[in-house]
Formats: sequence, structure tokens, C-alpha cells
Amino acid sequence: MKAPDFSYLRAESVDQALDLLARHGDDARLLAGGQSLMATLNLRLSAPSVLVDLNHIPDLAGITETETAVRIGAMTRHVAVERSPVVARHLPLIAAAMPHVAHAAIRNRGTLGGSLALADPAAEMPACALALQAVLEIAGPGGRRRVAAADFFHGLFETDLAPDEILVAIEYPKAPAGARWGFRELARRHGDYAMVGLAAMVEGDPICGAGRLAYFAVEDRPVLAHAPASKLVGEVIDDTAITAAEDALDADLDPHGDLHADAATKRHLARVLTRRVLGDLRTV
Amino acid sequence: MTDANRPLSVFDRPNSYVGKTVPRPNAKRLVQGRGRFVDDMVLPRMLHAAFVRSPYAHATIQSVDTSAAKDVSGVVAVFDGHRMQTLCEPWVGTLKHLAGLRSPPQYPLAVDAARWQGEPVAMVVATSRAVAEDACELIDVDYDERPAVADAESALDPDMPLVHAEFDSNLAWTRTVDAGDVDGAFVDPDVTVVEETFHFGRHTGVTLEARATLADYDPASDQLTVYYSGQAPHMMQAVFARHVGVPEANIRVISQDVGGSFGIKIHTYGDDMATVVVAKALRRPVKYVADRLESFVSDIHARDHRVRGRMAVTKDGKIAGLEIDDRTGVGPFSAYPRTSAIEANQVLNLTGGPYRIENYRARGEVVFQNKCMMSQYRAVGHPIACAVAEGLIEKAADAVGLDSVELRRRNVIPDDGYPCSSASGLKFADLSHEAALDRLVDLIDLDRLRHEQSELRAKGVYRGIGIAQFIELTNPSPMFYGIGGAPIAAQDGATVRLDPSGTIHVATSVTEQGQGTDTVMAQVAATAFGVSLDQVRVTTGDTGAVPYGGGTWGSRGAGIGGEAVYQAGRALRDNVLATAAAILQSSAGDLDIADGTVVDASGAERIALSELAKMVYYRGTELPNDLQPELVATRHFRVTDYPFVFTNGCQASYLEVDPDTGLVRLLDHWVVEDCGRVINPQLVDEQIRGGVVQGIGGALFEECLYSDDGQMLNANMADYLVPMAAEMPDITVAHIETPTSTSALGAKGAGEAGTAGAPAAVMNAINDALKPLGAKPLTTHPMTPQRILRALGKV
Amino acid sequence: MASPVDISLTINGEPVDERVPARLSLVDFLRARMDLTGSHVGCEHGVCGACTVRLDGAIVRGCLTLAVQADGAVVETIEGVSDTGEIADLQEAFIRHAALQCGFCTPAMLLTAAELIANRPNADREEIRAFISGNYCRCTGYQAIVDAVEDVLASRQEGAGT
Repeated sequence: MKAPDFSYLRAESVDQALDLLARHGDDARLLAGGQSLMATLNLRLSAPSVLVDLNHIPDLAGITETETAVRIGAMTRHVAVERSPVVARHLPLIAAAMPHVAHAAIRNRGTLGGSLALADPAAEMPACALALQAVLEIAGPGGRRRVAAADFFHGLFETDLAPDEILVAIEYPKAPAGARWGFRELARRHGDYAMVGLAAMVEGDPICGAGRLAYFAVEDRPVLAHAPASKLVGEVIDDTAITAAEDALDADLDPHGDLHADAATKRHLARVLTRRVLGDLRTV
Repeated sequence: MTDANRPLSVFDRPNSYVGKTVPRPNAKRLVQGRGRFVDDMVLPRMLHAAFVRSPYAHATIQSVDTSAAKDVSGVVAVFDGHRMQTLCEPWVGTLKHLAGLRSPPQYPLAVDAARWQGEPVAMVVATSRAVAEDACELIDVDYDERPAVADAESALDPDMPLVHAEFDSNLAWTRTVDAGDVDGAFVDPDVTVVEETFHFGRHTGVTLEARATLADYDPASDQLTVYYSGQAPHMMQAVFARHVGVPEANIRVISQDVGGSFGIKIHTYGDDMATVVVAKALRRPVKYVADRLESFVSDIHARDHRVRGRMAVTKDGKIAGLEIDDRTGVGPFSAYPRTSAIEANQVLNLTGGPYRIENYRARGEVVFQNKCMMSQYRAVGHPIACAVAEGLIEKAADAVGLDSVELRRRNVIPDDGYPCSSASGLKFADLSHEAALDRLVDLIDLDRLRHEQSELRAKGVYRGIGIAQFIELTNPSPMFYGIGGAPIAAQDGATVRLDPSGTIHVATSVTEQGQGTDTVMAQVAATAFGVSLDQVRVTTGDTGAVPYGGGTWGSRGAGIGGEAVYQAGRALRDNVLATAAAILQSSAGDLDIADGTVVDASGAERIALSELAKMVYYRGTELPNDLQPELVATRHFRVTDYPFVFTNGCQASYLEVDPDTGLVRLLDHWVVEDCGRVINPQLVDEQIRGGVVQGIGGALFEECLYSDDGQMLNANMADYLVPMAAEMPDITVAHIETPTSTSALGAKGAGEAGTAGAPAAVMNAINDALKPLGAKPLTTHPMTPQRILRALGKV
Repeated sequence: MASPVDISLTINGEPVDERVPARLSLVDFLRARMDLTGSHVGCEHGVCGACTVRLDGAIVRGCLTLAVQADGAVVETIEGVSDTGEIADLQEAFIRHAALQCGFCTPAMLLTAAELIANRPNADREEIRAFISGNYCRCTGYQAIVDAVEDVLASRQEGAGT
């Protein structure tokens, strides 16, 4: 099972990568961490004629902090995010979710931007981006643009990225005081893609001012479930609020079955996770 | 016979290595990455093979256009089924003693019709694997898809299509066992009858090293050398000879480091055969290593059984009758040369085997279907037989209001009840069900566990304890395969040779796949002959270098191969002592060998082995003229008094089920096993543990999922779930040691016991955990979260 | 055919200059071109972990990394870390505990365990199990591997304390 033949081009800058994309069009694929792309190439599920390697563009990797946000370069490897004190301090949801991403050898190579740009519906990082209201910075032939995570994920492996664009960074607002997070996923084996997962953020203590519940491995993309979140707003998170949120979930989720869990099972598991994660966040 | 009154033997001597944990000398190479697996080998002018496989479960092949593939730079040859047919004799996977078993002739590549998704259809040979794969993409096969027979349960329905037009139905084989008065037992008004239907999903071996073959043909001498990742080199030598057209004597099969086998690497595969055929045709070495996607749709699968069972139990907890009906789907062909009927046969033979059951009826039906071929994989039939009986026992115990351990105690064959026969006709000897069960109950501290379980239930934590009692078939006699016409040796040979250095060299026909064959054989040889372990070298896995024998399967390496080594070691000892007696003008009976030296009765050194050997080999003038010493001995061994040897044991699983998610957390697992004489405790325990984990795989994770039209849906490593470290429990292993009386060594074998009993123990534990929640019993393996949630009525 | 690419890298301490096809994976390069056959190919889609090697000091899947991506990098394989003696205690513990059978997963398992030992000196059994759960072993059932790693963690702790 060997990859089909392709050419390899190493980009030294974002502009150069954009140029290469423009030149090779649909025949080119961007190579970030390669932890999903290389598998699809080896399986001959995809056959680009050119790979544009982003791994040598210095300003695409790194974690920086402003007063209100944490900015993570798209080519920052999972392991760097996992070990970052800045992330641990200001984005504890991501710190909690990262160990669930595959396995150490994959995290050593895989990148945050690659995970978001791939948009696997069962992946952790896209859901976290939704829960944290991340903003994705995208470079294209016409310059840079910013897209809210909520507008970024279009469907199964489909995003707002145009074929001639590159995701360059992800900016996460720092959690406001009193914000709390919850993360759980149900996987049959450690490191596997989840049967269902939930990344949650609530603001306000004890009265919930805002809440975002981002489910993954449920539909064709990560889903922000607004109805259950709305049941929390203005409430203390107690049994009543949790039950209300759980009951509101059905309206927002339209699960797609997979090999391990059919739609009904996913719906059930999503309810269980709602109760558990909100239980972790209860204020009374 | 208990340990206390058994006479002391050579194994009880203080310098005996038998019964001692010693590390594997082999392991040093492997931890440094210095193993030599088939794919590590490169031969001059070597080519690489890749295959086009049918994307359909069932299709007519209208045409195969290979022209574009041939034009690819680096491609040396392309073969379709018709061309291959001219180069290779077909094989038929039947055996005479499995009366009625049928299977059509099979060729390396599909000819005119493809009968499973993954069946090889065309082959490219090129200068690299990547180029061969490139060319495969250019082969244009015109398929005419036909309706597939996917579901074994409906495969015999009259309106189902036929997998083979030449047969009148999709039935491959059927067998019925009927002992005692089963009908009478079930209608007896004093019995309680429980019944259940069990399903065992298909799973497969997933050897981490995929199947691999490197064939090297020398036309000048008509010599064929096959480097083969496999378990039975001599069998493959015979198979290649029969079908490739090279005299058997001119074929050498070499199986050195083998990256896992588990029964997967003991069958004839079209792609392997094609590789050998083409190496001969092209007169160049050809290597084929299955990639992982190919493995999932071409390695034999196992299980895929539906068993209906019912058990009649008297008020006082005696099993009055047992009846089972097994249906299994084996794919489109019976595997060669071992057939695909053995697993069903084993289910019929083994179900209820630990117990005295006079009235037993079992029916097995083996059907063809358009799925990957099915055949023998680790613990053939055992986990099915065990789970059916042990599942029914739990249900029966509930029905008559007895603790299931007590019900087992009332029915197991007593330890003083041997030899005896089972209702299915198996002959048993030297087993210890009572002792094993007592030991297990003690080991797990059952009362404490029950107490903990009930306390936690009050807190909403659902833990379960599951127990399973099993027998394991080992050390098969020629009754297993040879009687049916297969080129499969039930005997193994060993040659032990004393070299001038004083080292002994052991060559055995048993092979090494990591279970520690080399180490165990060295321990036996060192003990039998009388040298230290570092004075022993072992050779395996080369038909050009070892005596003739069956190889490694059926948990027979230690029991049969080990006995051959023991006998050869003793024979060499006799030869050496006779020589020493002549040299020393003493009597052989007054001499012994200890720690590399010939000693007298007082233990005083008379002559070092190296000195004796040097005298024999270099300085024959110092020997009497009428003495021609033989510092080598060969012995073979087969089991004669019994068709099989059996081991017994029991397992317990302790686990926690999350009733909201259906996820199972394994907390503890225990095995008590009687594998007869334990040669190397650590290696035995590791065989048990590895086997348990494969059993757990089948119980909780592994399943080849198929669509209704015969497409395997999870044929990759990400979607086919094998057990990984995080979910596995620590496993406690304990032993009862009742040596088999069929050999001097007394080893029975231990390779499959873990796999045999683990699924039943896990199943019973899950059902025990869910009992207070009113769940329907889980009887479909693997017991996935979804299936558990369904049993609980939550989805 | 796409043009091959020239790469320069360090493998097990030795400088290497090679010309490779772009599609060649790192593990295939190491095995077929460098004859470093201790790294194994088990699935080629990043799941089994048998191809694990070190790239610039961190373990990676050799099947999910291209050889061309190793240009300028430092690659270490089981052969290299065996020769330096860096994991001699771990290798010895694997042998002592029978933490390998067929040995096919073992080189990768050792490199993975070595990374755990280096980064998480206080790991308990559960953490060990989680950390190695990206490396598939079909033979052992894992317990002996966990035992061996646990042993080395303990002995290195002792060593660090003296």
C-alpha cells in the first residue's frame, strides 16, 4: 500500500505557498502534519499530483498571547499545544481535550491547523474551536480574512477554506473570569475517534450568562447545540437546568450513524454526555 | 496422581531447567531490531508483487484487460486468472474423514467469477511494490455483479443464489452428534429447560506482520526456496510441491522470525501461491507482503457462528441434557489443506466438555457464502463451545436457584474420574476441573468480590463477576488431519547433536513465532542431556535443516515437539555415556552427565563433554577400533493412545458496565490452567495472557462488519478494533499441574487456553453486572456498547 | 513520474545524502534504502504504531511521514538507540519480563516507552497503558510491557535519587 506518485514542493513562506497553490490549482494539496493526509495517500484514497509542504514556514507555528486572546499558528503541533503553559492557563478546555487526540506519536507530528482544516466531524479540536468561539485567520490570494469557527465548518471534511487559501492561525479569546469548561468523549478505545464527544464552555458563576455546547462525532460536522445551551442562560446549573438542557438536545441534533453507533445510540450518548459534562459544571 | 506421590524424575533434579523461568536468548535480537522477517530480506533481481482484488462479493468476470498495466515502466509481468490457471494445479479444501465436506477446485487467482470481496483477480510483478500498485490501478476488469450470499443464516434458503453453480445448495458440510436420550431428557417433567441463541461475530487474526512470502527459484537445479512467514514449513513444502510443479525434495521452506501467526499463517492463500508460481515462471525472486487492507479481506476469518442451545437441569442441579445447533458461514471455499469445517466440528465436540452430560445432541451446518474465507484461528471453536455452555449454565443456575459455581461443581467430571469419554466421543485423561475451580474461587476471593459488588450496586455502580470453565484441545494425533489425507504431520522430530565445543545443537520441526519455542526446547534438551542452558543452540523453521514435523499449531509445540527433544536428548545422553564408558573403561550405568561433564556415581568428574567430543571428532585414534560413537540422536514423537490431549482450566472476569454508555471497564481477570508440566512458567503465563486478550478482543471489540451485499465495512486498522493496552486488565495466572500420561515430559500445551475461556467469562460478567437492571442477556459477541444499550432497552 | 528529491539528514548519528522519490515514506526509506529493517511496517495508515521512529528527538509514525520531510532532520531508529545504549535498561527489562513475543511491534514499542520514560518519570500503570495504546501488540496482552516500563521508571527514579 504505497502512495501514488506526486511531486513535493517545500514552501518557505505563506506567500510562496499561496503562489504554489495558485499555480497547481486542484492538483495540489497542502501538507501540514500529514497525519491524516499521508494515510489517505497510502490508502490511495486521494491522488494529488503536488504536495505543498507547510512545515518549513517559520511564522506559521507558535503560540502567542495578547491581552484578550491566545493565537496559535496553524502549523503548531499538537504536542506543543498540549505542553503550552499559556494554553493550560487560558485555554484549559483545549488542554483537557488534547490528550484525547489520537496518540503521542501522532500528536508529535499533527498540527492544530491541520486538524481544523481537515474538519473530521469526529475530531476534538474543531468542537473546541466552536465552544471557545475561535476565529480562524485565513490567507488567500486577495489577502487575509478572519472567519468565526461557527462559520468555518461546512460539512464532512468541508470548510470555508477555498482551494487557493491557507489557514494560518487560530485565535481563541481568553476565557473571561468565571468561565468554566467541560470536556468528555466516549470512545471504545483510548485515542480512538469518539462515538460522541462534547466540548462545553459556560460563563458566569453561579448564574450562567452564556453557554456553548459543541458536540462532535454526531453529525457531518461539529455542532453547536443552541437549544440546550439556551436552557442554561440565566440559571444556576443544577439538576433542573441540566434536565432542561438534556431534553432540549433532541431538537438540535440530527445524528448520523457510523460503524460503532447508529443514530439512536449517538442520540442517547449525546444526552448522557450532556448530563455528565453539565454535571461537571454544576454550580449548586 | 498428585504431586506428592509421583516418583522423582529428571525434571525434579536440582539442575533441571524444566519448571524454571529463564529468559529467551532470542529476545535480545528482537529488542535491538535485529529480527529477520520476510519483508526484511532482499535477494538479487528480486521483484515485487501486488494484486488486483475483486471489489464485489460475487461477480462474473467478463474480461481482464492488462495491456495498460504491462506498459508501465518497471512492470515485468501481469497475470490474470486464465494465465495463472495454466501455471498452477488447483487445490480442494476437503478431508476424507470429514464425510460429505465439499468445496470446488480453487486457483490462485479468480477464474471467470469472483466470489468474495478481496479475492485476488490479477497480479502485477514489478521492480518495486509502488510500481506494481501503480500498474494494478490500470488493470481494467469488467465485472458483472451478481447477487451475493452474505448471511449464513439464510444461505440454505431455497431462493438464495448459489455460490457455486455446480453444487445443489450452499451447504458445505453438516454433522450431527446424538448421544443418549436427548428427547427423553428434555421432556422429563422434573427438569427445567433453559435456552438461548448465541452469535459470534466474524473476526480475524490481525498478525502485526502481515502474511509474507519471498520465493526464489533456481531453474538450473530446479530448486525452489520459499522464505515464508508461517507456522508449518513442511506442510507448505508439500503444498507447493503438489501445486507448483517442483519436486517436493527440491523445495526448501524457511520460516525464521514470524511476526505473529495465531493460525492465520497456516493456510494456502492464492496470493502466496501465485507468488511462488510466478517466481518459477519468471525465474526471478518474487516477494509479496500483504498490506493491511489486503490482510483484512484475505487472511482467513474465524468464528461467524450462530448457536442455538438448550439445557435441561434437574432440581438438584444436574445437567440432564444439552442440545445445540450451530450454523457457520465459511466464505466461498473450504480452506486448504485444513478445511473450513474444523471449527464447527470443534464446537460440536467441545461444547459442555468439562461436564458429565450423558444426553447430548449437536448439529452443525457449514455453509458457503460470499465473504472472506473462514478457517482455523487460535482456539478453533473453543470460545464458542465455552460461551454456549457457560452461558447456558448461568441461565440454568438462575432457573433452579443455585449459585452457578455450585452448579458447575455438581456437574464437572471429577478429578478421579479419568480416563473417560464425553458424549461427543472425546477421550479425556489427566484433567483437574474440581481442583481448578476450587483454586479459582479461592484466587478471586469470590465472597469478597460478591460483597464488594453488592455494596457498589447500592451506589449505582454495576460490576459483574463471570466465570467460565473450559477444556482446550492440544497435541493432536494423526486423527486430526493426516487421517483425512492432508500433508500435515502430527509427529515432530528433534535432532540433538554434541559438538566438539561441548555445546549441543538442537534442530526441531516445531517453529518459533515468539512463544518461546527455542527457549523451551533448549530447557528440555539441557535437562534431558545434562548441560547448562548456555551450552544449547536451537534451530527451527527450515525444512532443509530440521527433522520432519508438523510445526506450530494446536498448542502442540511443547507437548509434541518438546517430547521429541526430550527423547532425543536422552538418546544422545545414552550414546555419549556408552562412548564415555568405552573411553573410561567403565560401565554406562555407572556414569551420568551433569553440567557439561561426564561424572561417576559420586558426582566426580570423569571427562568433560568437550574433551570427549574432541576425542571422538579429532582424535579417533584414541578410541577402541570397534567403537563408532554417534554423538547425535534423532527422535520423533506423536500421541498414540488418544486422538488429542486436553488441558482444562477456568477463568474469571471482574468488570464494570456503565449502563448509560454501554462501555465496559475490565477490572480484573484470572486464569487457572492445567497445562500439564510447566516447562517455563513465565512463557506459559504470557501465552495465557496473550490468549486472554485475544479472547477479550472477540468478546468486546473485534468484528468483521459486512454489508448485506457482502462488503466488509471496517477492513482497516482504524475501524476494526483490536485490543489495545489502555483497555486491558492485568491478568492473574495460576496453575494446576497434572502432567499428561501420554508422554514422559508431560506437557500438554498452553497456547489457546486463554482465548478459549475469556469470551465466556467476560460475557457472564457483563450479564451478571446487568442482571439487576433487567437487561436481556448479552449473547452476541462482541458485546459492544450499542449492543449493551440495546439489551438495556436504552436505544 | 515526479522528480526525485535530494535530501540530507542524520540517521543514527551518521550523515546521509540520498535522492528519493517524493512519495517514499520515511519508514520505507529507512528499511529499503538504509537497510534499517528494525522499524517495521504494520498498517501504513498510522494506526498500529509498528513504524515508530524518532524524528528530531520525538517519536513519529514512519508511515505518515515522508522521507523528503526528514531532510535536515535527525532520525533515530531502534538500531541507533541500541548501539548507543540509551535504552539498554529498557531492553533488558523487556527481556526479563517477556514483554515481547514475536518481536514485530517491539522496536516501536521500545521507542514509545522510551519517550514516556523521558517525559513522564512518575507515570503509573494507567498512564503507561494509555501512553502505549497507540502501539499494537497482538502477542503479549500488554501486561508484561507495562511491567517492564514500570520497572525502568522505578529504577531510573532510584538512580536519579542517588
